[in-house]
Amino acid sequence: MTKTIYKCFAAAFAFMLFTVTSAAAQDVKVVKFDELQQLRQSPGDTLYVVNFWATWCKPCIKELPYFEAASAAYKDQPVKVVLVSMDAAEDLEKRVKPFVQKRDLKANLLLLDEADGNTWIDKLEPKWSGAIPATFLFNNKRGHYEFVEREMTQEELQGLIEKYKP
Amino acid sequence: MKNLKLPFVYMVCLLFAGLLLSAVPAADNGYQVGDTARDFKLKNVDGSMHSMADYKDAKGFIVTFTCNTCPYAIAYEDRLIELHQKYAPKGYPVVAINPNDAKVSPDDSYEQMQQRAKEKNFPFAYLHDETQEITKAYGATRTPHLYIVQKQADGSMKVAYIGTIDDNSRDASKVQKKYAEAALDELVENKQVSQPNTKAIGCTIKWRAA
Repeated sequence: MTKTIYKCFAAAFAFMLFTVTSAAAQDVKVVKFDELQQLRQSPGDTLYVVNFWATWCKPCIKELPYFEAASAAYKDQPVKVVLVSMDAAEDLEKRVKPFVQKRDLKANLLLLDEADGNTWIDKLEPKWSGAIPATFLFNNKRGHYEFVEREMTQEELQGLIEKYKP
Repeated sequence: MKNLKLPFVYMVCLLFAGLLLSAVPAADNGYQVGDTARDFKLKNVDGSMHSMADYKDAKGFIVTFTCNTCPYAIAYEDRLIELHQKYAPKGYPVVAINPNDAKVSPDDSYEQMQQRAKEKNFPFAYLHDETQEITKAYGATRTPHLYIVQKQADGSMKVAYIGTIDDNSRDASKVQKKYAEAALDELVENKQVSQPNTKAIGCTIKWRAA
């Protein structure tokens, strides 16, 4: 009996994992700030690398491959790369999704649907002036936190991930 | 015992580091509200040189770091024109400054600025901060980035507001809070600005390669 229950759970878990991972690829999830705040407060022993970008932001686009490379390189480690698009939610279908498709982005993708930066930027990081690209690295379990409000080189990004990865 | 002690020491160190960090002001360079803003001498799109001191009747300025290329800056062009038309007669003209390095962002060159000013028929000065010295002094980081300054009795310019124009860069018709106008209305009436700092997402300034 216990064995059956266990098997059932394992199957359910495997299915869940499968749907989650397959949905993560290429899909852009539209979120409000409270969901982003939850991500920022994730308690686990994972290094989160959260990059704010937009399809119209040239320096952001230049950086994207570095984040993609990091996402692939650390996929079996507790390092999670999340790309948060600052594009307007109205542009999801006509701009963001085609862009994601074309670039074949594999990292976790969110689109923050908040028109007024003044309501949330300070809650995330008072030092952030609002310019993008901007990147947050954090591991709340270990109390690690780093905020970078500028374009990074691939070496810089790698260096920070190596410094903080669990 | 040793094992227990170490994390404790570590935590105290962290706490101390946190205290030290929190003592450092949020932005380590550039102006904060209340600071005195320096004047400048920058080239306008019509070829003339502009300084704040040249505007004898001004009670202050809406110094706006903006550019040709940032979609947010473009989205705000018409609203910037409106802002100028509404507040220049009240003593607060817009002075737009393009902070971007033309080598990094060719569409922000002086010639392209002239082109854009002509297309949009800018009623305000659109100045080129070629050396980026003024941008650095003010501490602007993004476009658009507003610094509303108010002339003091001694002629100096006090920073009264730093931030954004309103709460919706994307869609002027959905604006609910006109942050800059609220600040300007208070300044015109010589009141204290009740919300002197606001933030918005914007394009990073294209700094000249070191």
